[in-house]
Amino acid sequence: MGEPGTSEVMNLEDLEAASGFRTGRRHILSIVVENKPGVLARIAGLFARRGFNIESLAVGPTDDPAISRVTLTVDGGLHPIDQVTKQLHKLINVIKIRDLEPEDTVARELALFKVSVDDQARDQVMQFAEIFRGTVVDVSRRSMTIEITGTDEKIAAFEKMVRPLGLIELVRTGEIAVARGRSAT
Amino acid sequence: MRAVDAIMESLKAEGVDVVFGIPGGANLPTYDALYDAGIRHVLCRHEQGAGHAAEGFAKATGRVGVALATSGPGATNLVTAIADAVMDSVPTVFLTGQVRTDLMGTDGFQEADITGITLPIVKHSFQVADPREIPERLHEAFHIARSGRPGPVLVDIPQDLSRADINYEPSDAIALPGYRPTTDGNVKQIRLAAKALANARRPVIYAGGGVINAEGSEELRELCASDRFPVTCTLMGLGAFPAPHDQWLGMLGMHGTRAANYAMDEADLICCIGARFDDRITGKLSEFAPRAKFIHIDIDPAEISKNVPAHIPIVGDAKLIVSKLTREYRALETDSSRLDGWWERIQAWRERHPLGYTDSEDSEIKPQYMVEAMFEATDGQAIITSDVGQHQMWAAQYYHFCRPRQWINSGGLGTMGFGLPSALGAQIGCPDQTVVCLAGDGSLQMNSQELATCVAEKIPVKIFLMNNGFLGMVRQWQELFWDKRYSQVDMGTLPDWVKLAEAYGATGMRATEKGTLVEQMREALATDGPVVLDVQVTKEENCYPMIPAGAAARDMVG
Ligand SMILES: Cc1ncc(C[n+]2csc(CCOP(=O)(O)OP(=O)(O)O)c2C)c(N)n1
Ligand SMILES: [Mg+2]
Repeated sequence: MGEPGTSEVMNLEDLEAASGFRTGRRHILSIVVENKPGVLARIAGLFARRGFNIESLAVGPTDDPAISRVTLTVDGGLHPIDQVTKQLHKLINVIKIRDLEPEDTVARELALFKVSVDDQARDQVMQFAEIFRGTVVDVSRRSMTIEITGTDEKIAAFEKMVRPLGLIELVRTGEIAVARGRSAT
Repeated sequence: MRAVDAIMESLKAEGVDVVFGIPGGANLPTYDALYDAGIRHVLCRHEQGAGHAAEGFAKATGRVGVALATSGPGATNLVTAIADAVMDSVPTVFLTGQVRTDLMGTDGFQEADITGITLPIVKHSFQVADPREIPERLHEAFHIARSGRPGPVLVDIPQDLSRADINYEPSDAIALPGYRPTTDGNVKQIRLAAKALANARRPVIYAGGGVINAEGSEELRELCASDRFPVTCTLMGLGAFPAPHDQWLGMLGMHGTRAANYAMDEADLICCIGARFDDRITGKLSEFAPRAKFIHIDIDPAEISKNVPAHIPIVGDAKLIVSKLTREYRALETDSSRLDGWWERIQAWRERHPLGYTDSEDSEIKPQYMVEAMFEATDGQAIITSDVGQHQMWAAQYYHFCRPRQWINSGGLGTMGFGLPSALGAQIGCPDQTVVCLAGDGSLQMNSQELATCVAEKIPVKIFLMNNGFLGMVRQWQELFWDKRYSQVDMGTLPDWVKLAEAYGATGMRATEKGTLVEQMREALATDGPVVLDVQVTKEENCYPMIPAGAAARDMVG
């Protein structure tokens, strides 16, 4: 490629288009927002209006009370992530967005499983809980509640184990994540 | 001072000297402050009218337009105008009154959650929670409305807070950590674009309303003067490049010229400046400009690669970028003879498919002729506003706009009833110019109440009504694509427009003969005050050429 002022020009065939298209994987977006009224409604509204689907969503304060963090996961097989992040950036209250790379990210979610048990199943559930490093947080004569913390996959795996025993309900917090290493997310 | 007086001071600090609106309970305090604030208030007859008037003012002047409404129905009446402003990137600030804070959330009288209702259609909105923040919020509202990609900002102020006693200090602080529009444009990308243009054999410059918003029309002309690039504009970009010009291909898109659409179809490089590859431009996306590489210059990064993947994206202000691009391009000293073949091809399209229509053999007025007559009667110099429908497309085709901000219409939302109120706003912004509203007979009935505003405020807009007795554009689609089953498009008995104009205290005139039309238009233009000229045109004329919805550019019909 020539310098400006020279007549050397570029070959159009060599140009590659910037892709605005499907990546095919799940994305965790970590979004730093101003802690202002209506911020979450703006984000949720944007997703609804543009036809993007939120898989999971977690919101919480940060060390700075003026700033909150929203972590949401989106399916990059269904949605153009590039468009999703650019549209999010247009929201005035959105300060920063990081599309976390799966290899460089620690992601966790907390789930509460309420399982129906009889005397026999109770032992089995306790065994599963131990294998998954879960905690029994409530017991009644005919039910048990287990807390599991981990990745999406781990929670799904535990669900597979206890569902046949009689899952009464499952409540999840939505994933939160940080980038690995020293730098801030 | 009272918070409402601080609102007035803030407005004046932003350079506001006129606002459009209607008072009510929740904004009574604001109107009390307005009483002797030294800001002109134009009392519209419907808040939608006030909203479009603010848009017309903004589009004609490039300054921020301001509209005021009370809570509840006043605020909801603004919704169409806000949506219109977001679609066409019009710098506007909407100030709504809200019920008292102790009534909010209780379904109080005239309560509507206007910030919630407008969430998807604003660039941003604020609901004031503390009266002391009013000066800052207003300053931020104007900053957001006019910078970056312009758009509507809503500021909702509860009635009780607006009566609070506060200390007014002019605000020049902007506390918006998440808002930093990019303006400069990446230099490397600009160089790359210059080189791509230099290597293109079949380039087209495709410019949109973003060029006008950036005040970049001069720079666009310079770029096009640096070589013989063919130029086309979108409906929103008309006037950014002067229509009478050898490099001008005409408008592109659904009702664009064949030369423009065929050139896009065969181009090897399309340089898009301040436009967004809307479906009215691309037609069938998968067959749009199949051989082209794309340079895309836009202030809004989200537009780039949204519909069409860009090969050379450049984010920033069109004026700055285009002037740098021209400099880089000139430095390459390209031989423009490489475009000879391309121009031969374009010239052949121009000659084979000029815009045209069959004129009547008798005295009947063809709608296309009506626009030509307007062009003649105004020497092509008037500011033209338009409603939405066939008349709008004919205006775009047959009124050859020569300067930016001369053509004011509703493109993105396609809002019938936009023409008259926007003309009123444009006339207030440009008191020394002739402003003509080309109205549709369906559309004009959607905001005809603003005739009263024009008369009361002595706003001398001239309304040239293209009266075809139909919701013409819908009728055309029913004729062409729905077996001519005319379902609810015949307007039946229309009002007597001459009498209606007179009832409002305006002048009414009627034109039925081709031979005297130009003369009658001149007479209307020379008449003081607002005039309605009811022009009776052919009832069932179709607007051609057209790309049928979902078809490709090369499949234009008519
Ligand atoms: C508010 C609104 N309602 C409905 C439409 C759909 N629509 C588009 S064009 C059109 C007909 C407009 O009729 P008229 O104003 O007489 O213009 P003409 O096409 O006859 O020139 C209609 C109903 C619209 N664009 N806006
Ligand atoms: Mg009509």
